[in-house]
Amino acid sequence: MSTEFVGKSVKRVDGVKKVTGSLKYVDDLKMSKMYYTAIKRSPYPHAKILSINLEKAKELKGVKDIITGDLFTKRGGLYLQDKNFLAVGKVRYRGEAVVAVAAITEEIAHKAVSLIEVEYEEMPAVTNAVEGMKPGAPLVHPDLGEYKVAPVFFPVPGTNISNHYRLRKGNVDEAFEKADHVVENKFYIPHIQHTPIENHVAIAQAEIDGTIQIWASCQSPFAVRQAISHDFDIPMNKVRVMSPAVGGGFGSKGGTTLEGILVPLAQRNPGHPIKLTYSREDEFQNAYVRQGLHATIKTGIMNDGNIIAVQNEFIWDGGAYNEYGVNIAKAAGYASSGPYDIENVWTDSYCVYTNHPVGGPYRGFGMGEMHFGIEQNMDILAEKVGISPVEIRRINGMRPGGVTGTGEVVEVAGLQECLEIVAERLKVEEKEAPSAPHKLRGKGIASGWKAPSMPNTAASSAIIKLNEDGTAHLMVSAQDIGQGSDTIMTQIAAEVLSISPDKITIRTGDTDHTPYEWQTVASRITYSAGRATYEAAMDAKNQLIELAQIKLGVYGRDLELKDGFIVAKYHPEKRVSIASLAIGLVFDDGSAVHGPIIGRGAFIPPNIRDADKETGLGDHPVAFWTYGVQGVDLEVDTRTGKVDILRVISCFDVGKVMNPQLLEGQVEGAIMQSLGTALFEELMLKDGKVLNPSFVDYKIPTSEDMPEMEIYFVENPEETGPFGARGVAEPAMVPAAPATANAIFDATGIRMYTMPMTAERIYEALKQKGVSK
Amino acid sequence: MKQLINFKLNGEEVEHYAPLNRTLLKMLREDFDLTGAKEGCGAGECGACTVIMDGVAVNSCLVLAAELDGREVTTIEGLSMDGKLDPLQVAFVNEAALQCGYCTPGMIMTAKVLLKNNPQPSEDEIKEGISGNLCRCTGYKKIIEAIQSAADKYQAENE
Repeated sequence: MSTEFVGKSVKRVDGVKKVTGSLKYVDDLKMSKMYYTAIKRSPYPHAKILSINLEKAKELKGVKDIITGDLFTKRGGLYLQDKNFLAVGKVRYRGEAVVAVAAITEEIAHKAVSLIEVEYEEMPAVTNAVEGMKPGAPLVHPDLGEYKVAPVFFPVPGTNISNHYRLRKGNVDEAFEKADHVVENKFYIPHIQHTPIENHVAIAQAEIDGTIQIWASCQSPFAVRQAISHDFDIPMNKVRVMSPAVGGGFGSKGGTTLEGILVPLAQRNPGHPIKLTYSREDEFQNAYVRQGLHATIKTGIMNDGNIIAVQNEFIWDGGAYNEYGVNIAKAAGYASSGPYDIENVWTDSYCVYTNHPVGGPYRGFGMGEMHFGIEQNMDILAEKVGISPVEIRRINGMRPGGVTGTGEVVEVAGLQECLEIVAERLKVEEKEAPSAPHKLRGKGIASGWKAPSMPNTAASSAIIKLNEDGTAHLMVSAQDIGQGSDTIMTQIAAEVLSISPDKITIRTGDTDHTPYEWQTVASRITYSAGRATYEAAMDAKNQLIELAQIKLGVYGRDLELKDGFIVAKYHPEKRVSIASLAIGLVFDDGSAVHGPIIGRGAFIPPNIRDADKETGLGDHPVAFWTYGVQGVDLEVDTRTGKVDILRVISCFDVGKVMNPQLLEGQVEGAIMQSLGTALFEELMLKDGKVLNPSFVDYKIPTSEDMPEMEIYFVENPEETGPFGARGVAEPAMVPAAPATANAIFDATGIRMYTMPMTAERIYEALKQKGVSK
Repeated sequence: MKQLINFKLNGEEVEHYAPLNRTLLKMLREDFDLTGAKEGCGAGECGACTVIMDGVAVNSCLVLAAELDGREVTTIEGLSMDGKLDPLQVAFVNEAALQCGYCTPGMIMTAKVLLKNNPQPSEDEIKEGISGNLCRCTGYKKIIEAIQSAADKYQAENE
């Protein structure tokens, strides 16, 4: 299909606002009568709250209100209702919010917090998920059995296991008996933090009539509305959530975080906007973090290179509240075969409560962590049977007609095409000379896959209003968190209506004025909100054609939209402008019909069914799979252990390249984020304490870490997506880290089983191997 | 304690009473409603608050009001005062050198100073020049390309 706007590098519709600094993010909003919030936080990872003394804080001039958790004891949460916004009875991680103060300035609020005295009784803490799973471990949530939970998750009451996901396909025991080689390895992936450059921030304001407005830097205004409505028993028509702009999310602003602290303060102080802005230190400790993972992966292979069985145990360190994290254990569980067609699969994936910062969604949703092990095991197996890393993926990698771990037969899988492109561009089997005698050079590849990890009912909607001059307004609640969705949605509408993108203004993120969107997560926005936008534009188009056929006396089937007109295909001189029909069709006698044209689009992914509860098997458990391969060429300095990434080659099957320039940017950013996790990012935790809550001690990649990047795509269409598109923002961050590990092995002969692969760890390993002195 | 300070802000002389311990960033955002400079860390680690002071790119979260007297400050808002975008701003849009946009104002201000001091920087010089400005979205590649493209544009304008 030839397209005019889709598939072109249309410039970002939010570009000028962002380069001029005129776009207002939540922290930029200034309102009259504003109160500022500061939080008294727990100094202990696990402790009973014995008493809270607010007297001195209350006396401080400028303090307007102080609240504690015992005033709001109703628990909430996205999938598992285990969370209060302020601690009730006890604290479960160091940094948990205990008391919230509202004052006329931020300084006074902080001063007041320092005057609050809380008496605690420390309790034994769970600071390791593996230990925490064992019988007799201290219980982080002794009442787990009473918590409400969505029926697709399986908490184990009386333990710290908040979800035990099981996958049982075939017979792994028999297959391991039969296998020519069996390898079993353990991998550890530590917690990391998203570090959007914009910290979390929200403002809430209530009125005496019971309405409440929330401005939040959030990925999912409707999920916030749902949570606030539920937790505080406010009908949804009285809650308005707006997300004016988001300065990066990567998952950390999915779900609901600090908004719930502000709602009761707002209700108690009607007419006053109540604001809370996280510091960078808060961001590291008190926003979501990526869960840690202890993975054990056992794989059986035949001498001909066929993998016949895999058995996984994933133990996720979910932190103090797992309301969102339970789904990471599930998503990793059903994807646990990796992008390979393997007959026998057994997986136990446990989400475990610990007294660590709260684990939550992070770009990749378990895939980046899990593939670090899966993809290294692939290379280890290849070596065992004497084939190349490319060959083992050729033999086992998913193809159309292949079967996933849950028993789903996949119709579309571009993995093999991606593999050949990356192998060829990287010249993966050619040894290249290092740049200096003290350096070792190596290359590695890794595959990856991911499905949108979302409920079966994750829905989207869109509205298009045509204006009297033939321009249009598009309304969706997909949030542009940087990924470029405002531009992509605009391109889709422009394509269907055949008007240029600059004639369309997009509005997002206001639950009172933009239509329902489940969440901006899961790499599902181009796919799902894009499809809703497509449907809305088609609806508007069909209305235009209905009117035009009366006006022009030409059958609708012979009409098309072109450059702002409805045109007769075979008699192009017969045409009528969109502008003249935008508010209805006017007849020669001056009368009119129809009224304004408003296109409505709704989408819910078709036919996604729950998997079997006992076995995890299911023939269509996800909307689609995105496949890709990345390759890394690097050098290791034997004097220091430092890794220099020279080149990264990436290829993903995106279904349809909607905007080449923005898509490249997504993948480049994903690669750098993945390399950060591979080489240096780690939230250092000791006895529940975050030791490095700053950019000085927690390094993220800078411009000087950037390698050469070559970005390729293949396009096997996803038939339910708009123009064939599927998601890629998360999948693109999955393979680079394991590809780095495989390249380090290629260079040094050393297997790294732990992320990050820091210079120190590599140097120690090189010393043990006798390579470095 | 507040003190009167006189300085030039985006080309205009201003007189302003400010507490001496107030940071330039806070003053710009709270007192002058110039919210283009962002606070990402408040400790000079991320560069999101970068503005130009006397021709030097500074983290405005580390500059105190008391240091401002007699100085000249340019913020991102000062780059398009006449309603026309600076070539760097145009290049950032054209090269898609931004995603969420939160680091963008600081990044552009750093690039502005970089190109003033070194009108034709190499790729490595650009990488070094912007290494104090963190971006979590783009992977930096398109930012570097935008700065190169703006450098060419400035060069062409000056010829």
